[in-house]
Amino acid sequence: MTDKVTLTIDGQNVTVDKGMSILDAAKQIDVRIPTLCHHEDLCVAGNCRICVVEQKGKNTLTPSCATPAEPGMEIETSTPKVRKARKDIMALLVSEHNTQCTTCYRSTNCELQDLAAEYNIDNDIYISVVKPDLNIDKSSWSIEKDDSKCIRCQRCVRTCAELQHVNALAVTERGKDMRVSTFMHLPMNEIVCTNCGQCITHCPTGALTERRYYDKIWDAIDDPDKHVVINTAPSVRVALGEMLGYEVGTRVTGKMVTALKKMGFDSVLDTDFSADLTIIEEANELLVRLKKAFVTKEEVALPMITSCSPGWVKFIEHMYPEHLAHLSTCKSPQQMFGALTKTYYAEKKGIDPSKIVSVAGMPCAAKKYEANRPEMRDSGFMDVDAGLTTREIGHMIKQAGIDFLELEDSNFDSIMGESTGAGVIFGATGGVMEAALRTAYFVITGRPVPFNDLNITPVRGLEGIKEATIKFEDCLPEYSFLEGVEAKFGIAHGLINARQIMDQIVEGKSPFVFIEIMACPGGCIGGGGQPIPTNDEIRKKRIAAIYEEDMNKPIRMSHENPEIVAIYEDYLEKPLGEKSHHLLHTKYRKRKRY
Amino acid sequence: MAEVKELVKKLSKKYGKTRENLIPVLQGIVDEENCLSKAAMREVAQEMDISAAEVYGTASFFSFLNTKEDGKYKIRVCKSITCDMKGKQELIKVMEDMLKVKLGETTQGKRFSLLETNCIGLCDKGPAMLINDEFFTELTPEKVREILGDYIRNKY
Amino acid sequence: MTSHKLRKVDVIFSPYSVAPYKILKDTMQRDKNEVIQELIDSGLRGRGGAGFPTGLKWKFAAAEKSDIKYIICNADEGEPGTFKDRKLLVEVPRKVFSGMAICAWVTGSTKGYIYLRREYRYLIPKLKEELALYEKHAKEFDLDFSIEIFLGAGAYVCGEETALIESMEGKRGEPRNKPPYPIQDGFLGKPTIVNNVETFASSTMVFRYGAKEYIKLGTDDQHGSKLFSISGDSPKEGVYELELGMRLDEFAEEFGDGDTKAVQVGGVAGFCIPRKNFKDTIIGEGNTTGGSTMIFNSTRSMYNVLHNYLEFYAEESCGQCTPCRVGTQQLLKGIEAVKNGTKPPQYLDNLIKLSETMKLTSKCGLGQSVTNSFSSIVNNFREEILF
Repeated sequence: MTDKVTLTIDGQNVTVDKGMSILDAAKQIDVRIPTLCHHEDLCVAGNCRICVVEQKGKNTLTPSCATPAEPGMEIETSTPKVRKARKDIMALLVSEHNTQCTTCYRSTNCELQDLAAEYNIDNDIYISVVKPDLNIDKSSWSIEKDDSKCIRCQRCVRTCAELQHVNALAVTERGKDMRVSTFMHLPMNEIVCTNCGQCITHCPTGALTERRYYDKIWDAIDDPDKHVVINTAPSVRVALGEMLGYEVGTRVTGKMVTALKKMGFDSVLDTDFSADLTIIEEANELLVRLKKAFVTKEEVALPMITSCSPGWVKFIEHMYPEHLAHLSTCKSPQQMFGALTKTYYAEKKGIDPSKIVSVAGMPCAAKKYEANRPEMRDSGFMDVDAGLTTREIGHMIKQAGIDFLELEDSNFDSIMGESTGAGVIFGATGGVMEAALRTAYFVITGRPVPFNDLNITPVRGLEGIKEATIKFEDCLPEYSFLEGVEAKFGIAHGLINARQIMDQIVEGKSPFVFIEIMACPGGCIGGGGQPIPTNDEIRKKRIAAIYEEDMNKPIRMSHENPEIVAIYEDYLEKPLGEKSHHLLHTKYRKRKRY
Repeated sequence: MAEVKELVKKLSKKYGKTRENLIPVLQGIVDEENCLSKAAMREVAQEMDISAAEVYGTASFFSFLNTKEDGKYKIRVCKSITCDMKGKQELIKVMEDMLKVKLGETTQGKRFSLLETNCIGLCDKGPAMLINDEFFTELTPEKVREILGDYIRNKY
Repeated sequence: MTSHKLRKVDVIFSPYSVAPYKILKDTMQRDKNEVIQELIDSGLRGRGGAGFPTGLKWKFAAAEKSDIKYIICNADEGEPGTFKDRKLLVEVPRKVFSGMAICAWVTGSTKGYIYLRREYRYLIPKLKEELALYEKHAKEFDLDFSIEIFLGAGAYVCGEETALIESMEGKRGEPRNKPPYPIQDGFLGKPTIVNNVETFASSTMVFRYGAKEYIKLGTDDQHGSKLFSISGDSPKEGVYELELGMRLDEFAEEFGDGDTKAVQVGGVAGFCIPRKNFKDTIIGEGNTTGGSTMIFNSTRSMYNVLHNYLEFYAEESCGQCTPCRVGTQQLLKGIEAVKNGTKPPQYLDNLIKLSETMKLTSKCGLGQSVTNSFSSIVNNFREEILF
């Protein structure tokens, strides 16, 4: 019993694990204490002070998030002293905040706004101390930073450090000048930042938001000369509902398609198609590398690592520029889709590619940067004209006056609208690996991967680094070099975990042949463009929805997607062929680490 | 650039490459270079394998780790209450006139910066100031003219 | 409340009548528990201002199990109006080092630091000579405890022990959440004892004279002697060693210029006492003090005094916690607004309440103590703030 403590909160006894905070102990008996700097994903900061409570025997108030429960503690969470102090703290935060909520993108989804209303704060309590010289930094393609809305809770700083190990954002200066900023206050596009957008989803206010492009999209939709195509990623359909009145974890695929069509997109397509395509190209690329290693004994970079996550790609370019050869040369599904939209799709549909506006609906902030990479113009045009986040799509649907809850389902358009369960699971950490293994195993042995229902469970779940081992037996003659090989596969999500995987590679100690890395915790379902809040509980529900969608798909292996079969027959000819090489693969660049 | 690199390497060798040696290393750079340049902070980041933003975040916390290029001689006049009461303001005016800069500014040629600082622990002999690590107490306008005059004429 | 006549004493600053390293050597012949008990019995409290019983701190640290323990002498003397630690380090450094060494011996520490404020850098050459001498003695006594100087970089808040530790770890000097306390989890995660310069020097003198003698000085609440840094409108500015427990009227009479309007006791973090309350104020009673005592005569504007304090706070707050970061700015802007008439006089009452919230909710002593000087000046010199 030594690892349990019993304390009293608001007169109720509660027994909790030793070391648990007063805040979490209160949660167990449904006593809600307001918080701002606290986030389930992050370490304790104890700096906003809004969570203070009264502790018997102490003259000062106690920060409940930062104080472990002790045996015999007597805590009161809603006394006059506590309420008065919290109101004062709220008023102070508001006095330091740009309170033009009407023009704020995070209005109605803002933790500061909610608490300011709860505590009945008006602007006159204290004198405004907002710094007049703070500009909005719109230099990055992905992230907008508005310091006038920053409440200095440091959640973004901790996110960038603890989850991503990038440390692009830091606390700078001190006292009245203290702020959250970058190295020497450089603009966001000049610093070492992966654009993952986790700072955005962890920001309680509108200080960090994605660069928004949806006005530009409306313009394109309104232009009769333009043919506007949108493809939506698998994680969007399992999270979009959260913004539009559905419970977390609800799949809204059909309604989303209907809504996008109603809004005027000329064609609503499925990124899962190009996810399936990625699998074909990537699995073949892996087999080529393995053949070089095993048969022709050539120098080849193994393990191979996935390249679907643009936050991860920029991370490795900055942090491990000497190891870019490990990255698969495959473009991400978004960029494959874009390149094909203005070539294959345009040709098939008989549309002038210069008239096509290609939009990607993504759970991601980094995708916006990726779309703007100068090398992503293999179609002869910008392959992807704009990337939208799940949040932007939610806002557009509201703006269009669509009653989302009442919509009928509809199917993606064709062509490039067909997908398999393998394409769907790209959205969850481990999903790309699972999809790749379903196809690779089949290609190597001619048989489905030996897991119940094709569900490769070891690669699933929220553990930071996962691994699976598969033994290849009775291989087809072409792949006899893999006979009896027990191959290890690794999965990491969250860049701090990616760093561990990379450090193993740098030391030459990686046990893996193939690794999936996603920049965001949980994979794309936890992406920087997803609805706010995101935490592990929510991640789990979105992941469950992804696997549910997979199970409901009639086809669950990428190579069986009829549209994939067709595109190779009609257009690409073969995996890793000349056209593929031109449209579907890319190069990486070395960047500075500091 | 190459010189900064050498300096940072030398300092991190002297003190160590782990984080707890950051402040001594940064102080060593300020001693040699008068300030922490972007290039220097990036070098430190690389040596210690921390991000440049973290180096800057730490440096900008401390008054004596300046990232703005100050003069070779940093005049820091104590502005705490007792020095203030004893005529600090007048001293600043005298020095502003002599150096032809305003408080907070650096002379052309980066020789002098005229700065204020919080208590320097010489309150019993105020008003007081530091010029780099040298201290001067019980200052009067005459005394300041003499001290600064000496610096202007004789110290480069 | 007990008080007694103002009395200058000569404990800490007395010349080395008994060499401090002899005190160290003699103390090391004794039983460790007995030594700690002696310090507890002496009633010595931290002389930096917070006033934690020093003997207890050493006792807790001695009980910690760890491969390494650190001892840090806090010489980050930044409280406006304080300069006694500088004088100690210049005049009796051996008493300081000896105190640290005794602490190391009883707690089982092997590594010590003097955290010297950046502004005192010019003290280093002399200190290094003294440290060489110390090392020689330590070797002779077979004591495995070395002392190094860590130079601060200019931040008042680093006088707070956890902020000090953070800065030694190469980070921003932001105070930590407590618990855990440095005694369990300090520098580099190891048990760490942080004591003020004067505390270490005083502890040496406790072992020199014995608790029984030492406790005779002072009052029931505050034992021993204390260094006072006296500045402002005084013909006798300087550092004085006084027996704790004298009344402020006597103090003002002794050190003031005959026209004393107010005395700031305990630095900016302490209280501003108006003349009418001198008689009822016993220095050191109820509230501990770091010894900064600033004297203001009737020519001084208390608005200017308060304004100066608040500017100091707004700059020197680390900025991490809301009440301190924003509160200090609000108090400053608030008194300016009341002065220039953009806020009504009653706004001062809101500000006093705000300063009380800061006391209740700030993370460290810096934000918690703003209300002391703010309320005492506003309450006692309201007209000067308003007009």
